[in-house]
Amino acid sequence: MSIRQRAVMAGTAWAVSQPVWAEYAYNLQIPASKVAQDVFDLHNLIMLVCLGIFIVVFGAMFYSLLKHRKSVGHKAAHFHENTTVEVIWTVIPFVILMGMAYPAAKVVIDMKDTSNPDISIKITGYQWKWGYTYLNDGVSFYSTLSTPRDQIEGTAAKGENYLLEVDEPMVVPVGKRVRLLITANDVIHSWWVPALGAKQDAIPGFIRDSWFKADKIGTYRGQCVELCGKDHGFMPIVVEVVSEADYQAWVEKKKGAASSAAADNDKTFDQAELMARGEKVYAGNCAACHQANGMGLPGVFLPINGSKVATGPVDAHISTVLNGRPGTAMAAFGGQLSDADIAAVVTYQRNAWDNKTGDAVQPAQIAAARGGAEAAAPAAQ
Amino acid sequence: MSDAAHVHGHDDHAHHAHPNGIMRWLTTTNHKDIGTMYLWFALIMLFSAGTMALLIRAELFQPGLQLTNPDFFNQLTTMHGLIMIFGAIMPAFTGFANWQVPLMLGAPDMAFPRMNNWSFWLLPVAGLMLMSSFLLPGGAVAGGWTMYPPLFIQGGISYDLTILAVHIMGLSSIMGSINIITTILNMRAPGLTLMKMPLFCWTWLITAYLLIATMPVLAGAVTMLLTDRNFGTSFFNAAGGGDPVMFQHIFWFFGHPEVYILILPAFGIVSSIIPTFARKPLFGYASMVYATASIAILSFIVWAHHMFAVGMPAAAQLFFMFSTMLIAVPTGVKVFNWVATMWQGSMTFETPMLFAIAFVCLFTIGGFSGLVLAIAPVDIQLHDTYYVVAHFHYVLVSGALFSIFAGIYYWLPKWSGHMYDETLGKWHFWLSVIGMNIVFFPMHFLGLAGMPRRIPDYALQFTEFNQIATVGAFIFGFSQLIFLVVVLKAARGGVKATDRVWEGAEGLEWTLPSPAPYHTFETAPVVK
Repeated sequence: MSIRQRAVMAGTAWAVSQPVWAEYAYNLQIPASKVAQDVFDLHNLIMLVCLGIFIVVFGAMFYSLLKHRKSVGHKAAHFHENTTVEVIWTVIPFVILMGMAYPAAKVVIDMKDTSNPDISIKITGYQWKWGYTYLNDGVSFYSTLSTPRDQIEGTAAKGENYLLEVDEPMVVPVGKRVRLLITANDVIHSWWVPALGAKQDAIPGFIRDSWFKADKIGTYRGQCVELCGKDHGFMPIVVEVVSEADYQAWVEKKKGAASSAAADNDKTFDQAELMARGEKVYAGNCAACHQANGMGLPGVFLPINGSKVATGPVDAHISTVLNGRPGTAMAAFGGQLSDADIAAVVTYQRNAWDNKTGDAVQPAQIAAARGGAEAAAPAAQ
Repeated sequence: MSDAAHVHGHDDHAHHAHPNGIMRWLTTTNHKDIGTMYLWFALIMLFSAGTMALLIRAELFQPGLQLTNPDFFNQLTTMHGLIMIFGAIMPAFTGFANWQVPLMLGAPDMAFPRMNNWSFWLLPVAGLMLMSSFLLPGGAVAGGWTMYPPLFIQGGISYDLTILAVHIMGLSSIMGSINIITTILNMRAPGLTLMKMPLFCWTWLITAYLLIATMPVLAGAVTMLLTDRNFGTSFFNAAGGGDPVMFQHIFWFFGHPEVYILILPAFGIVSSIIPTFARKPLFGYASMVYATASIAILSFIVWAHHMFAVGMPAAAQLFFMFSTMLIAVPTGVKVFNWVATMWQGSMTFETPMLFAIAFVCLFTIGGFSGLVLAIAPVDIQLHDTYYVVAHFHYVLVSGALFSIFAGIYYWLPKWSGHMYDETLGKWHFWLSVIGMNIVFFPMHFLGLAGMPRRIPDYALQFTEFNQIATVGAFIFGFSQLIFLVVVLKAARGGVKATDRVWEGAEGLEWTLPSPAPYHTFETAPVVK
């Protein structure tokens, strides 16, 4: 059986592709943490047991298919039960299963033990990006797919890490227990990095935890693994495991960037600055649904180009972006974007394409729309 | 097959006022007519959802977006799942039950013939509603066949239509199950005790109980979705005090028994076929019955193994891991019994036997990958990857679907009165079994390497195995046209089948003429 399958597969592969044999991976990814290693070993053990049973049972069946056939003149026996045999082949599998259950249970208990973390990171799934907040170090950012659109549409050559690359990777120090507090903002997502052996569904309204301790410095890639709508396939995860010193340097750099971003909220921009910034914010947050041309997808996502919201009163437009539309796929961006970013993207939406309203929205207007108390706590989280 | 049964009906019962044309099929209360309609409906749905699968595989032939946009891709995967499960596999098994249960029990018809008509005719309505949702604004449902909220709450009008269709199909299944249970418990021929009846009847009796127990649970779950969507309730909305994970618990409390609803009748069909072609009685009949019942009972306490990644307490993970592993014991008993039935037999390898042997072997591969997935830590790595896709297609394609093919080849001569074309049947078998393995075997490797399921585009390292799978899918898909030809040929004519049809066939249905007359066993046979 398996020989034939191998032969068929190899033959087909030869026929249809330019084989890069190194790409054919037959097992789990090379583990980079103890838990991933335990799972790897557990899987190998179970596969070996299954393979052994398969060979014994189907060896007997194929022997019978060859020897006990009418065409070789075999006469049928008439036995149809044997209590001893039946008890034996009920008990033996049970014993084998007990043998598997014990090591599996040990790994379960280890995986669920999220105590004594060195650092804790809150991870939030959004349609369709990930948000990371470092609870100990006060760093917070969003991580979105950085593969250019033209690679996906096939008008440019695909890069090495096609669909597995992001603008802002999650950075963690090597050899430290990292506790992950995972939740979601809109629908269920699932955070998974195979080499680290950590997978946890991100459930809106609830926080579930998981953990990993990376053994080796390196870059580890994963993807969202729970269907979360249109761009489910386009929200990868990249974890960069670095030395403790590099991690501290990275934290300092992120903090500096955050304070300069916060300062933007107090500035006043001219129309051209807002449009340039807004176009970037739009591409990163809006274009997945509303499309780069502002036309949306008929019947699924509404257009912005020519819409009543984007050409009507400014306050209603700002409110829609800040608060979303409950019960639809339109998310609330008030918690995700800074005042300056929202001002820029609203300005962009009101002036791009055919929406030539001429409005320029300033960060102060957004702060006002958030209301007095909230104005002090924008996206910096 | 339908034509033959039709003509025969007129010969026997010209004195009944018997409508012709479409009215005959709309008003029929005959179990054979209804069985035939179930099977044709299932075949149409198989080809519809199969076409969707080919579109999916064509898109996945290479990285990048070529044929579909991501939203339409999600519609295809969702509808492929819903239609294959509720439109193809389940109605096909009900079709077998309609034809075979009365023939095997020596009963004149099903217990409630009018309800039988109604339970069939609900299905095309539901099927049409599902298929037509592609034409609605926003397209068909794209939230996965498992309908998880909150994603399912976001969709448009077709989501409500799908909920309604699921309700109607559930109603149909419940009525069909009531009919089957009543027929089996009350209408067996004198002397045919429960422990003497063919295993196919046993597996369907247990399946029918599973359906009655779980379909209302599904109905409850989708009704809660409906009110969350339209009437402001918050069953699954954390902001209103609900819990999205509660849906998954309710859904899989239905969903896991559903898995056995899709496979127990297959066990019954295969247990009928192997003894016939081994010319030897089924080994361990009683243990087969007990194993089937054990699987059915265990199926109610394993549901959360579909949810290891939601983050359960360790104790819950351990409980669901151990209970799931336990299912391997009765399933193993079944496989051993089938092999023991073949052992020391005098086997021949007509198409039904070939499909039955492939079933035993390939279903077991699906069983082994199921055991791998039962191990919670391994499942957490493999959950929602292509490994799971490979696993359930081994169980549902080389399991459920192959058993349906086996059953059709086995009983078609009895139903139509003509032998099918054995050469074409063998072509169909070999192309299907090879094609099926080319599609689904590489998916194990894709899942292990980390490719998530339900994605329209993938990273470059997954390219080669996806290309292999796509080639296999087209081989597998187009070879099903051979099956269509075989069935149509046998329905129209061909070598006249004998009453016994197969040399080793045992059971009441083989005592009838071929084709089986429109009305059979009006006087109950006596079983010694």
